[in-house]
Amino acid sequence: MTTVEEVRDALATHEYLTDEGLATAVFLALTLQRPLLLEGEAGVGKTELAKVLAQWTGGELVRLQCYEGIDAGQAVYEWDYSRQLLHLRAVEASGAEVVEDELYSDRFLVRRPLLRAIDYDGPTPPVLLVDEVDRADDEFEAFLLEILSDYAITVPELGTFRAASPPIVVVTSNRTRDVHDALKRRCLYHWIAHPDFERELAILRVRAPEVGAELARQVAGAVEALRSGDLYKPPGVAETIDWARALAALGCRDLDEAAAEVTLGTVLKYREDQERVRSEGVDALVAAGRSA
Amino acid sequence: MPSSPPGAVPDPATGATALPADRIVVTFARVLRGLGLDVAVGSTLAYAEALAVTGLGSRALVYWAGRATLVHRPEDVTIYDHAFAAFWDGHRGTGAPAPSAPPIALALDAPAPDPEPGPRAGVERTQAVRWSPVEVLRERDFAAYTAAEFEEARRALRDLRLAAVLRRSRRLRPVRRARGQRSQLDLRRTVRRALRTGGEPIERSFRGPARRPRRIVLLCDISGSMEPYSRAMVRFLHTAVVGGGAVEAFALGTRLTRITRELSSRDPDAAVTAAAAAVRDWSGGTRLGAGLREFNDRWGVRGMARGSIVVIVSDGWDRGDAAQLGEQMARLRRVAYRVVWVNPLKASPGFAPLAAGMAAALPHIDEFVEGHSLASLEHLVEVVGR
Repeated sequence: MTTVEEVRDALATHEYLTDEGLATAVFLALTLQRPLLLEGEAGVGKTELAKVLAQWTGGELVRLQCYEGIDAGQAVYEWDYSRQLLHLRAVEASGAEVVEDELYSDRFLVRRPLLRAIDYDGPTPPVLLVDEVDRADDEFEAFLLEILSDYAITVPELGTFRAASPPIVVVTSNRTRDVHDALKRRCLYHWIAHPDFERELAILRVRAPEVGAELARQVAGAVEALRSGDLYKPPGVAETIDWARALAALGCRDLDEAAAEVTLGTVLKYREDQERVRSEGVDALVAAGRSA
Repeated sequence: MPSSPPGAVPDPATGATALPADRIVVTFARVLRGLGLDVAVGSTLAYAEALAVTGLGSRALVYWAGRATLVHRPEDVTIYDHAFAAFWDGHRGTGAPAPSAPPIALALDAPAPDPEPGPRAGVERTQAVRWSPVEVLRERDFAAYTAAEFEEARRALRDLRLAAVLRRSRRLRPVRRARGQRSQLDLRRTVRRALRTGGEPIERSFRGPARRPRRIVLLCDISGSMEPYSRAMVRFLHTAVVGGGAVEAFALGTRLTRITRELSSRDPDAAVTAAAAAVRDWSGGTRLGAGLREFNDRWGVRGMARGSIVVIVSDGWDRGDAAQLGEQMARLRRVAYRVVWVNPLKASPGFAPLAAGMAAALPHIDEFVEGHSLASLEHLVEVVGR
C-alpha cells in the first residue's frame, strides 16, 4: 500500500466509496501510524470506515463505545475480583500462605478494549475504534491521549504493555462538544461531509444492490433536494440507504408519491421535518427526485 | 474545496522553489497563524512528515495532507482554503477571508462618556449618594451607570460565582457505605482489604455515583436594544466562563457566535476584547428565532443543551419571526434541564412581556428573572445554583 489511489481502491472493493480527502487522510494515518479523528454529521459513515479498515487489513476490530462516566476499569483493564476472592478462599482452605503477587497475575486480568488493542498477539495489528469520544468526559480523554501517544499501557502490578506495531486507530466524534485540542493534535483530522449526488448514487448501487438503477437515482436525487432544504436533521447516507431499501421492499421501481409518503419516516426522523416536507408537498419531492 | 488539477506541480508563491520542504511548511504554518488559525508546532511537524510521504508532486495531495494535519475544525476549512490558494497557487488575496471585518466602535469597556439613560422610557434613575459605591450600585440599573460607576462595578461583577446545580454523574467514586440503589460493592478495594484479613472479605468497600455540576449555556443578546446592558453582561459572561465548571457562551445578534474560547482568557480585558473582535454584529439587529435555531441545530440539540441549564439574556425585542422563536424555544426546552430567561427590562415599572418575541418565548421558560443590576445578577446566580 503505497499510494492514495491504492487506499481508495482497496476501500472500494470493500464497498466503501471515499472521496480524495478521506482517502488521503486514511493513507496518511496508515503510513505515519497516527490515530485518525473523524467528525461529521450522524450517518455519514464514520464508524463504517473502521469496520471496513478491519475487513481490508484482516486485523481484528476492537471497538470501544464511549459514554459518560466511562473509566479505566471499563476501557483498559480490570481484575477479575470474584475469581480473586475464590482463589483467596481456596488458598486459605489448603492452609497455605496468601501471596499477593499471585492474585495480581495475568490469569486474573480482564482485558478491556484499549488493552486488547495494544497487547494483541497475532500477525496483523487490530483496528481500534474509539466511537463517539465526545460522549466521554475530559478525564477519559486525557487518559486516552496518554495511551495514543506512545501506544503503551502500564498496569502497576504487572508492568508495561507495549504494542509490537501500533494498532490502526479510528476515533469518531459527533461534535456534541469540542474534543480537547491536545487529542486533536495527536490525531489526523477529517471532517466527513455528505456525499455529492454521483457518489451517493454509487454508494447506493454498492450498498443496496437490490434497489433498481432508476429508483436509486431518484432516491439520491430526492435526498439531495432534502439536504438543500431547511431541515433540522438532513438525512445522512445511512438514511438514504434505508429509504431506498424500504422502497424496494415495497416493490417500487420508481419513486412515487404514495410510496414516498408512507416511507418518509425512514429518511426523516423529526416530526417537524416530516411536516415541513408534507406542507411543501411530497409530490414536489418526488418531482425533484425524478428530475435528477 | 479546490478541485484537483492532476499533476499540477505546486510552485510556492514565494517563488522560492529552492527552499527545503521544511522551511516551506513552517512558512505556510505562519501564514495560517497570521489568519487566525491555531496551528501548534506538533501539527506543523505532522504536516512535514506527511509531505515527506506524499511528496510535493500533486496539488491535491499537498492540499489534503495539510487538511488532515493542520486543520482541526470544520469552521477553519475556509481560512485554510484561502491560505492554501494564496500560498501554494500564488493567488494574491482573491476574496481573502475577512478577518478584517469593519471595526465596530462599541464602548465595551472604554471609559465612555456618560451613557444616556436607557433608550427606552421607564428606566428609573436611582437617586443615591455616592459614598458607599458598591452598596449603592447593587440596585442601580446598568443602563444608568456612569463610566466611573462601571469601573466600581467591575470588581463586584468579578466576584460573582456562577455555579450550576449538581447532577448525578455516571462516574462512580468511593463512598463510605452503600446508600441508595446505585451504590455498588467496590470489589477492587474489597479484595485488597481481604488480603489483610487472610483472604476473608470482612471489610467491604463501596462505590456510589459522583456528583458533577450541570453544564451552563449562556446565550447573550447583543443587539442594539441591549446595548446599555451588554458591557456588564459580557463581563458577567467572562466571569462565568473562567469560573470553572462547564460553561459555554454565545453571542446572539443577527447571527450566532460562539465566544467561549475568546472569553476563556484569565485577563478580563483581553478576553472581552477578543470576544468583541469575534462577534461581527455588535449592536445590530436581533433575529432571536433564527439565532436559536442555529444554536439548536449546531450545538444545543446535538448535546450541548441536553441536561444543561440554558440562560438566555435578552429583552425579547426581535426583528424576526416570533412564531419561529416559540418553536425553537419549545425545542430547546425539550432537551434542556432548565431554561432561564434574563430580561433586564423586567425590572422597569409597568413591564409586561409584550414584545412579540418575549410573548412567544414565555410559555417555554422555567424561570423568568431580571438582570438589570448587580443585585439581580446575584439573584440569577442563585437561580442557576438551585
